[in-house]
Amino acid sequence: MAMDESVRKAVLSAVPSLRAFAISLCGNVDRADDLVQETLVRALANIDSFQPGTNMSAWLFTILRNHFRSEYRKRRREVEDSEGHYAETLKTQPEQHGQVEFREFREALAHLPADQREALILVGASGFSYEEAAHICGCAVGTIKSRVNRARTRLAELLAIDSADEFGPDEQTRAVLAGGRD
Amino acid sequence: MESAASREKKDHPKPAKLGREVQARLGQQLRAMYDEVVNQGVPTRFTSLLSQLDGEGNKDKH
Repeated sequence: MAMDESVRKAVLSAVPSLRAFAISLCGNVDRADDLVQETLVRALANIDSFQPGTNMSAWLFTILRNHFRSEYRKRRREVEDSEGHYAETLKTQPEQHGQVEFREFREALAHLPADQREALILVGASGFSYEEAAHICGCAVGTIKSRVNRARTRLAELLAIDSADEFGPDEQTRAVLAGGRD
Repeated sequence: MESAASREKKDHPKPAKLGREVQARLGQQLRAMYDEVVNQGVPTRFTSLLSQLDGEGNKDKH
Protein backbone atom coordinates (compact mmCIF):
# COMPACT_ATOMS: atom_id res chain seq x y z
CA MET A 1 0.00 0.00 0.00
CA ALA A 2 1.41 3.39 -0.92
CA MET A 3 1.71 5.63 2.06
CA ASP A 4 -0.47 8.64 2.21
CA GLU A 5 1.61 11.79 2.68
CA SER A 6 -0.44 12.87 5.69
CA VAL A 7 0.03 9.45 7.28
CA ARG A 8 3.75 9.62 6.66
CA LYS A 9 3.93 13.04 8.28
CA ALA A 10 1.85 12.02 11.27
CA VAL A 11 3.96 8.91 11.82
CA LEU A 12 7.25 10.79 11.55
CA SER A 13 6.13 13.52 13.89
CA ALA A 14 5.29 10.90 16.53
CA VAL A 15 8.75 9.30 16.34
CA PRO A 16 10.63 11.61 18.77
CA SER A 17 8.04 11.08 21.49
CA LEU A 18 7.80 7.34 20.77
CA ARG A 19 11.56 7.09 21.29
CA ALA A 20 11.39 8.96 24.58
CA PHE A 21 8.59 6.68 25.75
CA ALA A 22 10.44 3.57 24.58
CA ILE A 23 13.60 4.60 26.42
CA SER A 24 11.58 5.09 29.57
CA LEU A 25 10.07 1.61 29.16
CA CYS A 26 13.21 -0.37 28.52
CA GLY A 27 15.96 1.88 29.86
CA ASN A 28 18.22 1.32 26.90
CA VAL A 29 18.54 3.58 23.87
CA ASP A 30 19.47 0.90 21.33
CA ARG A 31 16.73 -1.46 22.43
CA ALA A 32 14.31 1.47 22.46
CA ASP A 33 15.14 2.36 18.86
CA ASP A 34 14.60 -1.26 17.83
CA LEU A 35 11.28 -1.16 19.64
CA VAL A 36 10.28 1.99 17.76
CA GLN A 37 11.33 0.42 14.47
CA GLU A 38 9.29 -2.73 15.15
CA THR A 39 6.37 -0.52 16.10
CA LEU A 40 6.51 1.42 12.83
CA VAL A 41 6.72 -1.77 10.78
CA ARG A 42 3.69 -3.19 12.59
CA ALA A 43 1.76 0.04 12.41
CA LEU A 44 2.25 0.49 8.68
CA ALA A 45 1.41 -3.14 8.00
CA ASN A 46 -1.89 -2.50 9.81
CA ILE A 47 -2.48 1.07 8.75
CA ASP A 48 -5.97 0.10 7.54
CA SER A 49 -7.01 -0.39 11.15
CA PHE A 50 -6.12 3.21 11.96
CA GLN A 51 -9.22 5.38 11.99
CA PRO A 52 -8.54 8.65 10.21
CA GLY A 53 -9.32 11.61 12.41
CA THR A 54 -8.29 9.82 15.60
CA ASN A 55 -5.03 10.42 17.41
CA MET A 56 -2.19 8.82 15.40
CA SER A 57 0.25 9.33 18.22
CA ALA A 58 -1.95 7.49 20.75
CA TRP A 59 -2.44 4.67 18.22
CA LEU A 60 1.31 4.26 17.77
CA PHE A 61 1.94 4.42 21.52
CA THR A 62 -0.61 1.63 22.01
CA ILE A 63 1.15 -0.57 19.47
CA LEU A 64 4.55 0.13 20.98
CA ARG A 65 3.35 -0.53 24.51
CA ASN A 66 1.61 -3.80 23.60
CA HIS A 67 4.57 -4.99 21.59
CA PHE A 68 6.92 -4.18 24.45
CA ARG A 69 4.70 -5.98 26.93
CA SER A 70 4.43 -9.16 24.88
CA GLU A 71 8.16 -9.23 24.10
CA TYR A 72 8.89 -8.50 27.70
CA ARG A 73 6.73 -11.31 29.00
CA LYS A 74 8.78 -13.72 26.92
CA ARG A 75 12.03 -12.44 28.39
CA ARG A 76 10.64 -12.39 31.85
CA ARG A 77 11.01 -16.16 32.22
CA GLU A 78 14.70 -15.54 32.57
CA VAL A 79 14.50 -12.41 34.67
CA GLU A 80 11.88 -12.53 37.36
CA ASP A 81 12.67 -9.30 39.15
CA SER A 82 11.73 -6.73 36.55
CA GLU A 83 12.43 -3.76 38.76
CA GLY A 84 15.91 -4.90 39.67
CA HIS A 85 16.60 -5.87 36.09
CA TYR A 86 15.66 -2.44 34.82
CA ALA A 87 17.89 -0.80 37.39
CA GLU A 88 20.73 -3.11 36.36
CA THR A 89 20.25 -2.19 32.72
CA LEU A 90 20.74 1.44 33.63
CA LYS A 91 23.84 0.71 35.62
CA THR A 92 25.54 -1.25 32.89
CA GLN A 93 25.31 1.65 30.47
CA PRO A 94 25.86 4.64 32.65
CA GLU A 95 26.33 7.63 30.45
CA GLN A 96 24.67 7.49 27.10
CA HIS A 97 24.91 10.67 25.15
CA GLY A 98 23.50 13.62 26.97
CA GLN A 99 21.71 11.73 29.72
CA VAL A 100 24.20 12.39 32.47
CA GLU A 101 22.30 15.14 34.19
CA PHE A 102 19.16 13.08 34.63
CA ARG A 103 20.87 10.08 36.11
CA GLU A 104 19.58 10.50 39.61
CA PHE A 105 16.07 10.99 38.35
CA ARG A 106 16.28 8.06 35.94
CA GLU A 107 17.52 5.80 38.69
CA ALA A 108 14.60 6.78 40.90
CA LEU A 109 12.24 6.21 37.97
CA ALA A 110 13.81 2.78 37.48
CA HIS A 111 12.70 1.76 40.95
CA LEU A 112 9.03 2.29 40.19
CA PRO A 113 6.89 -0.68 39.20
CA ALA A 114 6.53 -0.76 35.39
CA ASP A 115 2.79 0.04 35.52
CA GLN A 116 3.37 3.18 37.54
CA ARG A 117 6.33 4.28 35.47
CA GLU A 118 4.48 4.04 32.18
CA ALA A 119 1.39 5.82 33.56
CA LEU A 120 3.50 8.66 34.92
CA ILE A 121 5.41 9.08 31.65
CA LEU A 122 2.28 9.02 29.48
CA VAL A 123 0.48 11.61 31.57
CA GLY A 124 3.36 13.64 32.95
CA ALA A 125 5.70 13.74 29.97
CA SER A 126 4.03 12.56 26.75
CA GLY A 127 1.13 14.89 27.43
CA PHE A 128 -1.71 12.39 27.08
CA SER A 129 -4.92 12.89 29.02
CA TYR A 130 -5.84 10.35 31.70
CA GLU A 131 -8.43 8.99 29.27
CA GLU A 132 -5.90 8.57 26.45
CA ALA A 133 -3.38 6.98 28.80
CA ALA A 134 -6.07 4.56 30.02
CA HIS A 135 -6.83 3.64 26.43
CA ILE A 136 -3.14 3.10 25.62
CA CYS A 137 -2.66 0.88 28.68
CA GLY A 138 -6.00 -0.89 28.29
CA CYS A 139 -7.21 -0.09 31.80
CA ALA A 140 -9.68 2.15 33.61
CA VAL A 141 -9.13 5.90 33.95
CA GLY A 142 -9.21 5.55 37.75
CA THR A 143 -6.44 2.98 37.57
CA ILE A 144 -4.23 5.39 35.64
CA LYS A 145 -4.94 8.17 38.12
CA SER A 146 -4.03 6.02 41.05
CA ARG A 147 -0.86 4.73 39.34
CA VAL A 148 0.24 8.28 38.57
CA ASN A 149 -0.37 9.34 42.16
CA ARG A 150 1.51 6.42 43.59
CA ALA A 151 4.36 7.00 41.14
CA ARG A 152 4.68 10.64 42.19
CA THR A 153 4.62 9.81 45.88
CA ARG A 154 7.22 7.10 45.47
CA LEU A 155 9.47 9.31 43.34
CA ALA A 156 9.33 12.08 45.91
CA GLU A 157 10.30 9.53 48.58
CA LEU A 158 13.15 8.12 46.52
CA LEU A 159 14.51 11.53 45.70
CA ALA A 160 13.87 12.59 49.29
CA ILE A 161 12.09 15.76 48.33
CA ASP A 162 10.22 17.35 51.18
CA SER A 163 10.18 20.77 49.70
CA ALA A 164 11.20 22.27 46.40
CA ASP A 165 14.37 23.61 48.01
CA GLU A 166 15.64 20.15 48.69
CA PHE A 167 15.32 18.93 45.17
CA GLY A 168 18.68 17.37 44.42
CA PRO A 169 22.12 18.71 45.24
CA ASP A 170 23.08 18.70 41.60
CA GLU A 171 23.80 22.18 40.29
CA GLN A 172 23.77 20.97 36.71
CA THR A 173 20.23 19.75 37.16
CA ARG A 174 19.22 23.09 38.58
CA ALA A 175 20.73 24.82 35.58
CA VAL A 176 18.77 22.60 33.23
CA LEU A 177 15.55 23.25 35.12
CA ALA A 178 16.25 26.94 35.05
CA GLY A 179 16.15 26.74 31.27
CA GLY A 180 19.79 26.43 30.21
CA ARG A 181 20.04 23.46 27.91
CA ASP A 182 23.75 23.51 27.25
CA MET B 1 19.65 8.49 60.76
CA GLU B 2 16.04 8.20 59.82
CA SER B 3 15.21 9.81 56.53
CA ALA B 4 12.27 12.14 56.09
CA ALA B 5 10.78 9.69 53.60
CA SER B 6 10.74 6.79 56.05
CA ARG B 7 9.27 9.00 58.81
CA GLU B 8 6.53 9.95 56.41
CA LYS B 9 5.88 6.32 55.61
CA LYS B 10 5.44 5.41 59.27
CA ASP B 11 3.13 8.25 60.07
CA HIS B 12 1.03 7.78 56.95
CA PRO B 13 0.67 4.19 55.78
CA LYS B 14 -1.32 5.51 52.83
CA PRO B 15 0.60 7.71 50.40
CA ALA B 16 0.52 11.26 51.65
CA LYS B 17 -0.74 13.88 49.28
CA LEU B 18 2.20 15.67 47.75
CA GLY B 19 2.53 19.38 47.95
CA ARG B 20 1.90 21.31 44.78
CA GLU B 21 5.48 22.54 44.64
CA VAL B 22 6.92 19.06 44.90
CA GLN B 23 4.57 17.82 42.17
CA ALA B 24 5.57 20.72 39.96
CA ARG B 25 9.25 19.96 40.50
CA LEU B 26 8.79 16.30 39.69
CA GLY B 27 6.84 17.21 36.58
CA GLN B 28 9.52 19.62 35.41
CA GLN B 29 12.27 17.08 35.89
CA LEU B 30 10.28 14.36 34.14
CA ARG B 31 9.56 16.56 31.14
CA ALA B 32 13.13 17.84 30.95
CA MET B 33 14.37 14.25 30.80
CA TYR B 34 11.78 13.25 28.23
CA ASP B 35 12.23 16.36 26.10
CA GLU B 36 15.92 15.78 25.91
CA VAL B 37 15.16 12.73 23.78
CA VAL B 38 12.31 14.40 21.91
CA ASN B 39 14.62 17.27 20.96
CA GLN B 40 16.93 14.83 19.20
CA GLY B 41 14.31 14.81 16.44
CA VAL B 42 13.85 11.93 14.03
CA PRO B 43 17.01 9.83 13.49
CA THR B 44 17.66 9.10 9.80
CA ARG B 45 17.16 5.43 10.54
CA PHE B 46 13.43 6.10 10.77
CA THR B 47 13.04 8.34 7.74
CA SER B 48 14.88 5.67 5.74
CA LEU B 49 12.66 2.99 7.19
CA LEU B 50 9.50 4.82 6.17
CA SER B 51 10.82 5.38 2.63
CA GLN B 52 11.73 1.71 2.43
CA LEU B 53 8.31 0.56 3.70
CA ASP B 54 6.63 2.96 1.34
CA GLY B 55 8.67 1.61 -1.58
CA GLU B 56 7.73 -1.97 -0.77
CA GLY B 57 4.11 -0.97 -0.55
CA ASN B 58 4.22 0.57 -4.01
CA LYS B 59 5.73 -2.58 -5.45
CA ASP B 60 2.86 -4.62 -4.06
CA LYS B 61 0.34 -2.37 -5.64
CA HIS B 62 1.70 -2.28 -9.18
